[in-house]
Amino acid sequence: MPETAERPAPAAALAGLAELRRVAIVPALNEEATVPRVLEELRAFDPGLDVVVVDDGSVDRTAAVAAANGARVLRLPFNLGIGGAVQTGFRFAFEQGYDLAVRVDGDGQHDPAQLAAVLEPVLRGEADIAVGSRFAAREGDGYRSSRSRRIGIRILASVVSRMVGQRVTDTTSGFQALNRRGIALFARDYPHDYPEVEATVMVFRHRLRLVEVPVSMRERGGGRSSITALRSIYYMVKVLLALFVGLFRRTVLPQEGSE
Amino acid sequence: MTPLIVSVLGSLASFALVVVVLELIRSRRLRERYALLWLATGIVLTALSAWRSGLNTIAGWVGVRSYPPAVLFAVGILFILAVLLHYSTVISRLSDENVLLAQRLALLEQELREDAVREA
Repeated sequence: MPETAERPAPAAALAGLAELRRVAIVPALNEEATVPRVLEELRAFDPGLDVVVVDDGSVDRTAAVAAANGARVLRLPFNLGIGGAVQTGFRFAFEQGYDLAVRVDGDGQHDPAQLAAVLEPVLRGEADIAVGSRFAAREGDGYRSSRSRRIGIRILASVVSRMVGQRVTDTTSGFQALNRRGIALFARDYPHDYPEVEATVMVFRHRLRLVEVPVSMRERGGGRSSITALRSIYYMVKVLLALFVGLFRRTVLPQEGSE
Repeated sequence: MTPLIVSVLGSLASFALVVVVLELIRSRRLRERYALLWLATGIVLTALSAWRSGLNTIAGWVGVRSYPPAVLFAVGILFILAVLLHYSTVISRLSDENVLLAQRLALLEQELREDAVREA
């Protein structure tokens, strides 16, 4: 695609982005086939975006491929699961003093070209965390996944919406943009292995503002989803338990200095 | 009343537990904080086994009329549950700490590589 190289990067049109130190967190597990393309697309979207790939204990060449394609690599010594991996990225972003972070999965299902839409509410100061939702748009975008998974997503979305008092349609999306407050919160505390649902509730309990943005997601470019049918039931029960117990947990509001 | 042989064997077995736990602590194979619940188990079971009229009275309180040693089982099971639950909390804490260590390691390794590149 030689002609894309000539055009200015799409991110250049976003007001206020250029002054911010920004990083893309890319969790990846055995994704050597798709990571190069994701990195290339991120660069095409915004050349000023630092990229950190969190290699969650891959047994293939994910880490080497990522480094060869110009990303910084956080290599976990063993598999922590998506929650632990993503949090490593947030810790990195927090400690390195980034103002803005986006999270884009390494399997290629999040299209970096759609980051502009996800970034906008955060850049305008309307949200601390913006989440790309597959279901926020009226029309279905043809997103396909297993039936059990879709039902699970819908049940969780309605439970979470009721808990936080705001309509949330896609509680399992990892396609996100966060400001410094969001980064600080997730660096300090992030749930474990099916984390986005609990994280959504956590965000509201800490009085951070979350906004959903309609996006479409692609078919996974390679690798296998970490969530199979039987597992989604197990996760569902586990997440519901975590949610309800979480209601009785005292929360610590983000400290003033973490802004 | 509890049969004498049950009391004798029960006391011996429970006392053996206490001795084994103490020996494990002495040889540093068991940390004191994890031994306390086991010690309590052994001591309480030893006492209940040896103190025959006491066991009888307690069995009466909780409505066990036909076979007082059933109380020994109940108490033993309760302690075992407590020990297992305690272990679950310990495992949870250890796995949280393990995650933290793995994350720190990844972050530090990255910093180290970056420093090495900068110096080169």
